[in-house]
Amino acid sequence: MKDSKLRFFGINKVLPYLKNYKKALFGLVAGSLAGSVVDTGVPLFQRYALNRFIGEGTLEHIALFVVLYLALILSGALVNYYSALCSQTIEVGVEKDLRNTAFSHLQTLSFSYFNQNSVGYIHSRVMSDTTRIGSLVSWTLLDSIWQLGYVLGAVIVMLIINTRLALLVIAVLPVAVLFYALFQGKLTRANREIREMNSKITGNFNEGITGARTIKTLVVEDAMEKSFVADTAEMRRKSIWAARLRGLFAVTMNLASSLALAVVLWKGGVIAKTQVGTFSMFMSYAQGLMEPVRWLVDAISDLITTQVNIERLTKLLNTKPDVCDSEEVVARYGDSFEPKKENWEPIRGDIRFEDVSFRYPDGEETILEHFNLDIPFGTNVAIVGETGAGKSTLANLICRFYEPTAGKLLIDGRDARERSQLWLHSAIGYVLQTPHLFSGTVRENLVYGNPKATDADIERALALVSATDVIARLEKGLDTDVGEGGDLLSTGEKQLLSFARAILADPRILVLDEATASVDTITEQKIQSAIDTVIRGRTSIVIAHRLSTIRHADLILLVKNGRIVEQGRHEELMKARGGYYRLYTRQYEDEATSSVLG
Amino acid sequence: MENKKKKKTKEEKRFNRSLLWSFLKGCKGFFVWSMLASAVAALADMVSPQIIRVAVDNVISGQPASLPGFAMRLVERAGGFAYLAGHIWILALAILVVAAVKALAQYIFRVSNTKGSETLVKNMRDRLFAHIERLPFAWHMRHRTGDIIQRCTSDIETLKRFVSEQMTSIFRIVVLLVLSLAFMLSMNPLLTLIAMLPVPYIIWRSFYFHRRIGEAFLDCDENEGKLSAMAQENLTGVRVVRAFGRERYEKDRFEAQNAYYTGLWMKLAHPLARFWSVGDIFSGVQILLIVVFGSVFAVRGEMLPGEYIAFLSYGGIMTWPVRMLGRMISEMSKAGVSIDRVSEIMRAEEEKESEKALTPPMDGEIRFEHVSFAYDGPEILHDVSFSMAPGSTLGILGGTGSGKSTMMLLLDKLYELPADRGTISVGGVDIRDISTPYLRKNIGMVLQEPYLFSRTIAENIAITQPDMPMERIREAASAACLDETVEGFQKGYDTFVGERGVTLSGGQKQRAAIARMLTQRTPIMIFDDSLSAVDTETDAKIRTALESRFGSASIILISHRITTLSKADKILVMDHGRIVEQGSHDELRDAGGIYAQICAIQSGVGEEATA
Repeated sequence: MKDSKLRFFGINKVLPYLKNYKKALFGLVAGSLAGSVVDTGVPLFQRYALNRFIGEGTLEHIALFVVLYLALILSGALVNYYSALCSQTIEVGVEKDLRNTAFSHLQTLSFSYFNQNSVGYIHSRVMSDTTRIGSLVSWTLLDSIWQLGYVLGAVIVMLIINTRLALLVIAVLPVAVLFYALFQGKLTRANREIREMNSKITGNFNEGITGARTIKTLVVEDAMEKSFVADTAEMRRKSIWAARLRGLFAVTMNLASSLALAVVLWKGGVIAKTQVGTFSMFMSYAQGLMEPVRWLVDAISDLITTQVNIERLTKLLNTKPDVCDSEEVVARYGDSFEPKKENWEPIRGDIRFEDVSFRYPDGEETILEHFNLDIPFGTNVAIVGETGAGKSTLANLICRFYEPTAGKLLIDGRDARERSQLWLHSAIGYVLQTPHLFSGTVRENLVYGNPKATDADIERALALVSATDVIARLEKGLDTDVGEGGDLLSTGEKQLLSFARAILADPRILVLDEATASVDTITEQKIQSAIDTVIRGRTSIVIAHRLSTIRHADLILLVKNGRIVEQGRHEELMKARGGYYRLYTRQYEDEATSSVLG
Repeated sequence: MENKKKKKTKEEKRFNRSLLWSFLKGCKGFFVWSMLASAVAALADMVSPQIIRVAVDNVISGQPASLPGFAMRLVERAGGFAYLAGHIWILALAILVVAAVKALAQYIFRVSNTKGSETLVKNMRDRLFAHIERLPFAWHMRHRTGDIIQRCTSDIETLKRFVSEQMTSIFRIVVLLVLSLAFMLSMNPLLTLIAMLPVPYIIWRSFYFHRRIGEAFLDCDENEGKLSAMAQENLTGVRVVRAFGRERYEKDRFEAQNAYYTGLWMKLAHPLARFWSVGDIFSGVQILLIVVFGSVFAVRGEMLPGEYIAFLSYGGIMTWPVRMLGRMISEMSKAGVSIDRVSEIMRAEEEKESEKALTPPMDGEIRFEHVSFAYDGPEILHDVSFSMAPGSTLGILGGTGSGKSTMMLLLDKLYELPADRGTISVGGVDIRDISTPYLRKNIGMVLQEPYLFSRTIAENIAITQPDMPMERIREAASAACLDETVEGFQKGYDTFVGERGVTLSGGQKQRAAIARMLTQRTPIMIFDDSLSAVDTETDAKIRTALESRFGSASIILISHRITTLSKADKILVMDHGRIVEQGSHDELRDAGGIYAQICAIQSGVGEEATA
């Protein structure tokens, strides 16, 4: 994959994936060639029947004829069966391999990639690009060889039997090809426009439904309806335009077939007098030649459109992670998929920023400049600031989600880059602002960071974060399915479970991105006490939104516009009457108000 | 909206039928045309083998012809068989003419079929959209967005396919079958019978196969969905995966599901490949029957070579349509489910305009008298009474679930207040008697989490009046303190909002919604906690702008901030559906209740607690 150039519509990028399916590929090529031979053979049999039996008026050897004809039909069916299986094997296999490759590559990519590309975009690469490429190298390939074989076979047979008539029939072909090619481009464009229009209309429905209340209060029902009707009218117009195109396309195809047929009758009619079978055979070929031509044009347009998919997928696979373990580190500690845990030193949890400067890979501004901070094991650091002030930056660096642009991050006194990412990650617990659960059972989610945890461990962890009754309420207890993204649980419940998950992993370093989502008072108290429990005996970094919860932190950092503007303990910062003081009093008021109102 | 598996009542069936019929308004003509055209095309398909037959048997070989009268006359017109033998190009031309007729018919079929089906889809979509817009707010609260959207998109698509593909295809195939049967019978009844022998079985087999395989396809789809969701979750949860160092686990899990899903397809590959190749055998045998028995009949002199060739052509023409027919029939059953799902929406009753539909002046006194209200569960409002003078400002303070937002929903008639649950009046007129759109047009409301449409900022602000002059948009934006934000965007007011454009912060959205409301110049304005995400200074600026430019309006402010509420002429404190305190800021502050407590907290008296 060193050469990043796409050759022959990017097929060079797909070839390595076909290597695993050499047998099936061979079967596909052989099968489709055999299929085209069978298809070419059928008119020959019919020619024989007409010339021999009807022409000569004898039924001699008809039994043999039937047997042979049947054999032809059966072998055709067999070839069809076999090549379809081969094609399916390749399609499904290439799709699966590409998807696996893309997925595992994504597991190594840095966060800058995920920040720059939307989930929807990446998701399409993994799911739809792979599907399109898979079907190109299987069904499209099968059809192309089959149809091309048939066209060639028919042309050769015709040339052998009657060169002059054959040349006349073949003359129709280029005209047809030209017409199809002309229409194809327009049709592809029309189809794309229709798809876009369709998703716009779905968007309109979505808006009309989720925005129902606003539409009602603004009394803009009529206006919304008018714009909706305008869109559906546009859709109708475009669809009819596409239908006209498609209609003309079909018309030219039928006319080309009939033209070939007319040519056979006009110039070859005489043959019918002596060899009615040969005449009939020419008819079959003449009419049967146009459909394959259409298939071939379709295949070429498929190839062209799929090139975009290949390009995008290749781009994904060629993206290098920003944070990368050096070869020596991988040799000693292993990579993300094959860790060499036997070489891992135990981690203590001292963190030190030494003269660190940092700029996000996609940002222009330097966010940290010569930043120094010592966080010995067991320290509780709180980072506060307005939404969007850049509170996550330090956490991102500590987790090695990003690497400092200059300076060093020391873990237990050694540069973090001297150890593998997985070594560090295995020692970090991360609790997110919006708790993210995976679909599956509660148990599967809880043991996510520690697959070896026993039920007793789980109970203990749940008790620590007072989530025991959350589980008790669930019908199947730990085996309850949480739904996609944990949707069957409330936000508060998800939060508590994500704390339990972090405790079970028993990390030395804990990063806690505190929740902003509103939960009821009782759950909030539970979460607060869960936080207090979780951070005990660990180095913890709390990205805080509710300031009342971090008054006892060992160190508070106030972030503004991505920079650390104040740091110290709560009392010190309050005395300074600066930004922290203002933030704190405002929040205090809000919280107190809510607590009075209940 | 669960699809209960109960038997449909007669009434429901009648409703479905009349619904489908009403959807078909304006497109039936197109479908009639398309059916006629497809019949003509099928006829043309039948004619050209006959021309070849005549050419081979009667013209070239010179056998005596037995043609129907009009065809004989046509041949004589062309100069008779002998003349034609010397001028075969005339027959070739005839082939082209028939082909042109067929092409034209096909073109008409395709275009009018699309016109019909697109009109149908448009009808369905337009009706559904308009209907959904006018369904009561309560209905919207009861139903899940995803489910409704699915009904509006994929069910509509299914119904479209039913009418435009399945119905027309079945019609076309039946016409084709009948015509070829007629033509074949006219040439040789016995061979026709033999040639048709496999047809019923082919149709039945295809129908049966597709009905059964449908479930396997569903299973594949479901597992593809699972795989897709897994990828989605991995991507959205990338932080959790990395922080727990679970890349390996994720990879294994994905690969396992990937293998399972692709395995399902491979399992399907065998029956599918078998179905098609066995289908090939049957179609091949059908042709073989014609070849063999045709040869026998021809040798016996019961049939001419041209007729034989024509038989072969008819056999070829029938092959595909016959193989498709079973599938078409098996897929038709889906339409029944879809029409049920769509009609469930269409059956729901639209919001009703009040009987009297009065349009009194709306700048009068707003009065709640003994208002109680419950949604489906327990009562949310208990016997609430208050009034607010025209042009005054009312502040409301209350916790979540205190019923303050419910009062606003009732005032805007988003929920109907039952007759025996008190009255709400504006200028002395019960709002039950006021025309609903009129009432809403005169009440501006901004929500805590406002909804913006995916259009430009200017279009959003001017949504109630698309031809609004730019100055008015700017004026509203500046009153809402949105102007600076907007000017910061590259495209200014033409910046697209939402999925395909910039994402606005909560505070920016609130200000945009306020600007949108201000352009309406309503005599009543409601701010339902809609300044919560705006900082205190901006909040104050907006309120000052409101007072100076919209002083005559009656304003209702719902907020937690005492500074926001303090200038109000009257303040209500709500608790669990009751008004527990009311009065001016000064009165309430001195009364020593909840308001006073909060006042103390927010004015910094509670500061000691923070130290």
